Amino acid sequence: MSLEPQLTAPPAPISPNKRIWGRRASAVAGFVATVFLTFLGLLAITFFIGRVIPIDPVLAVVGDRATNAVYEAARVQMGLDKPLVVQFFHYVVGVFTGDLGQSVSTGRSVAEDISRFFPATLEMATIGIIIGVVIGVPLGVIAASGQGSWVDQIIRVVGLLGYSMPAFWLGLVGLALFYARLRWVGGPGRLDIFYDGLVSPVTGLILIDSLLAGEFDIFWNAINHLILPASVLGFFSLAYIARMTRSFMLDQLNQEFVTTARVKGVPERVVIWRHAFNPIRVQLITVIGLSYAGLLEGSVMIETVFSWPGIGNYLTTALLNADMNAVLGSTLVIGAVFIFINKISDVLYRVLDPRAR
Amino acid sequence: MSALLSVENLRVSFPTHRGRVEVVKGVSFELGRERLGIVGESGSGKSMTGRSILKLIHKPGLVTADRMEFDGVDLRSQSEKQMRAIRGARISMVMQDPKFSLNPVMTVGEQIAEALVTHEKLPRREVNERILAMLEAVRINDPTRVAGLYPHEVSGGMGQRVMIAMMLIPSPELLIADEPTSALDVSVQAQVLDIIDDLVTTKGMGLILISHDLNLVSRYCDRILVMNSGVVVEECAAGQLERATHPYTRGLLAAMPVLNEQREELPVLDRTQWAGT
Amino acid sequence: MSTRDWLLEDSPTSRWQANAGRAYRVFTALLRNPLSVLGGVIILVLILTAIFAPWIAPYSATGQSLGNRLLSPSGEHWMGTDELGRDIFSRVIYGSQITLTIVGLVALISAPLGLLVGAIAGYFGGWTDRVLMGFTDIFLSMPKLILALAFVAALGPGINNAIIAIAITSWPAYARIARAETLTIRNAEFIQAVQLQGANPVRVIVQHILPLCTSSMIVRVTLDMAGVILTAAGLGFIGLGAQPPLPEWGAMISRGRTFILDQWWVATMPGFAIIIVSLGFCFLGDGLRDVLDPKSEGK
Repeated sequence: MSLEPQLTAPPAPISPNKRIWGRRASAVAGFVATVFLTFLGLLAITFFIGRVIPIDPVLAVVGDRATNAVYEAARVQMGLDKPLVVQFFHYVVGVFTGDLGQSVSTGRSVAEDISRFFPATLEMATIGIIIGVVIGVPLGVIAASGQGSWVDQIIRVVGLLGYSMPAFWLGLVGLALFYARLRWVGGPGRLDIFYDGLVSPVTGLILIDSLLAGEFDIFWNAINHLILPASVLGFFSLAYIARMTRSFMLDQLNQEFVTTARVKGVPERVVIWRHAFNPIRVQLITVIGLSYAGLLEGSVMIETVFSWPGIGNYLTTALLNADMNAVLGSTLVIGAVFIFINKISDVLYRVLDPRAR
Repeated sequence: MSALLSVENLRVSFPTHRGRVEVVKGVSFELGRERLGIVGESGSGKSMTGRSILKLIHKPGLVTADRMEFDGVDLRSQSEKQMRAIRGARISMVMQDPKFSLNPVMTVGEQIAEALVTHEKLPRREVNERILAMLEAVRINDPTRVAGLYPHEVSGGMGQRVMIAMMLIPSPELLIADEPTSALDVSVQAQVLDIIDDLVTTKGMGLILISHDLNLVSRYCDRILVMNSGVVVEECAAGQLERATHPYTRGLLAAMPVLNEQREELPVLDRTQWAGT
Repeated sequence: MSTRDWLLEDSPTSRWQANAGRAYRVFTALLRNPLSVLGGVIILVLILTAIFAPWIAPYSATGQSLGNRLLSPSGEHWMGTDELGRDIFSRVIYGSQITLTIVGLVALISAPLGLLVGAIAGYFGGWTDRVLMGFTDIFLSMPKLILALAFVAALGPGINNAIIAIAITSWPAYARIARAETLTIRNAEFIQAVQLQGANPVRVIVQHILPLCTSSMIVRVTLDMAGVILTAAGLGFIGLGAQPPLPEWGAMISRGRTFILDQWWVATMPGFAIIIVSLGFCFLGDGLRDVLDPKSEGK
């Protein structure tokens, strides 16, 4: 006899190692397929934006000050006399061979411009995400383990501010306070003017290039300029990461195996970090990936504020000059990186978690 | 037989929007180095009783008792740090479902090792030997392979044997088994209980077996407490269950099907017969 | 029978009574959460400010007075004046009209669109589902702000195009939710009963499925409004949203950039308005979620 229904647990299958590799291979294949499809979708959207919406795409590319001859040449060069499908095909082929067209404002090819500007964005977003992870993850863990405590309240407020504060505004306030008033950090730009161009770009990342050249003054100056914009970006990723970490940790701390650890007499610190935190590391990778992708996007606004010579600044300048090739090229690159980071953190999740194998 | 554990007037309560609600309402019992069964339906407070002995009820839950002594130690006055030295090492607990109670991202071996090294500093080789010996003691045939597996790679029955190994490896004096077999297939339930019974008897430990299954408890225990709505309604030796007097126990016994059944339908508990619910 | 009894009736006699009772229960549950009350009050104040702006604002939003350029905050000008001598407080007050318009229109365009796409995909399943959701997923995996920027670039700057661009980038999230909800109710017995009575798919979706998706949709839309406000302000800041002399908050911050080092108030004041209004939507959204859709917390 029984007072409760019998809960029968189906025996878990014992998976041999061979199967793990099979699953991984199919995960990677699925990854490549979805990335490719999403990327095609992105191309379709940018194609649509660039060639279909504008009443006169030629004008959008050459600008309204172009002469008739230039206009006609551009029209033929863009293949606008051909059907849309053919145009799209040419567009896709062009993009995959690295041809994003010419920028009317810089006079260089868009691909060349982007490769010149992208490292600055990458450098800033990377420092930003490091700040976000190094502060956000421990804050989230502490908040969850002392639910309702003051750290928990701070996380709540920071999290909400992260959702409701304009990044460009925080950047401006930061400049007014830490640069103009307190003189703690460097102003807009990547370096002080008299250091500009002293280090030859190897990687395009000034922090690394200056170290390679042994120019420690420049290295410090670069950090001085980088720290504020990166901190502003870091604040937003911190808000998001801490909030998600807290929520994941609360889920874990309610699990039976955490009680098991306590039954064993394991110290609370170990309960929290080894038993509750370890299982969420893989989930956190996804969150960090998403946050990193979001920072690349957020850097568009921040770069405008800090006159940061990155792809975001390039994009906004192009927007104001109606330089459509540059706009679409940078949209495409930021979108592609965004998609790639998104999807790869998704795949990492499936490959790294022992439960998902 | 000197008392290993004595509990007097244990109360556990939780706040709700309608004020504090008591889920354990003044439970008292004594336990020697014997096997005590606590039976009751879900919500009767039996699991809360088990967990409050280990002081595992966290805020906002509140535990009070007039007496809660384990081997002369007053559990009520123990700090969290002192409790950690008792948990696992002296009082341990096997939980219901190995699917949820084993850490999914640590191997079986790592989890058993943790239980041991938390309380004893031992060289790596000795730890490994003790783990393998313990896994053998819970009748796992190829302990070396099993120690390297993750919990989702073992069956429910094996998972529960791993759980038992983990809880018994520091040689505690009291084991609380909270519904240790209710998540398992019927075919492996007896096997798991036999292992617990065997180890508890040979090591001379105390056992509190918490279950909703009256049959099972009367088979594996010396003494039985019947709980209902947070109160102990019946206490008797396992062999004397048929002479139980409380209407709740009688009702449970009457609802038990027998092999050569004569009745048209099994009677349903008539809850109006006893007070306090 | 008092009104309250009528509202809390366990077996309502009309659909109207049931709906009113439900609204009343949601409302009282919201009142128990101080933060959602605060959020509600903020949004109410925003709406009232927008309606009564001409009476609240002490000065005109566009009237220039070059003699009063860049005055710091004082009793005369609570938030100071900008580079054309316009009273910033008055401009912020008038700006609430623009913000409310953007938020309202984006919600009115994107939520029904997403709802419809998601419900159709979920109801019909099969290839319809795969095509519609494939499309939705492509949009979802793209950076919203960048996409909105590109759309505005092609459509041309201005507040209307900004609204369209934001709406285009926000519907996919709603389509996902509507599809998930539709999948859970598609095979419910009451839907089968309606189908057996001979209702066509349009009627089933519009009359029976969409109403059941609304509560999770309301929660999601409210929570998203903070993001919409930030995106709109961002477009305004870059110069692609509302055009001068419109007192749009993002554009006002952009004007203040030049003076940030000395006249900090020009850029900071509109920012506080953005933060307060966004927080209001966050608070209210959090509260609504706890009441209407408690299982989705933390997602």
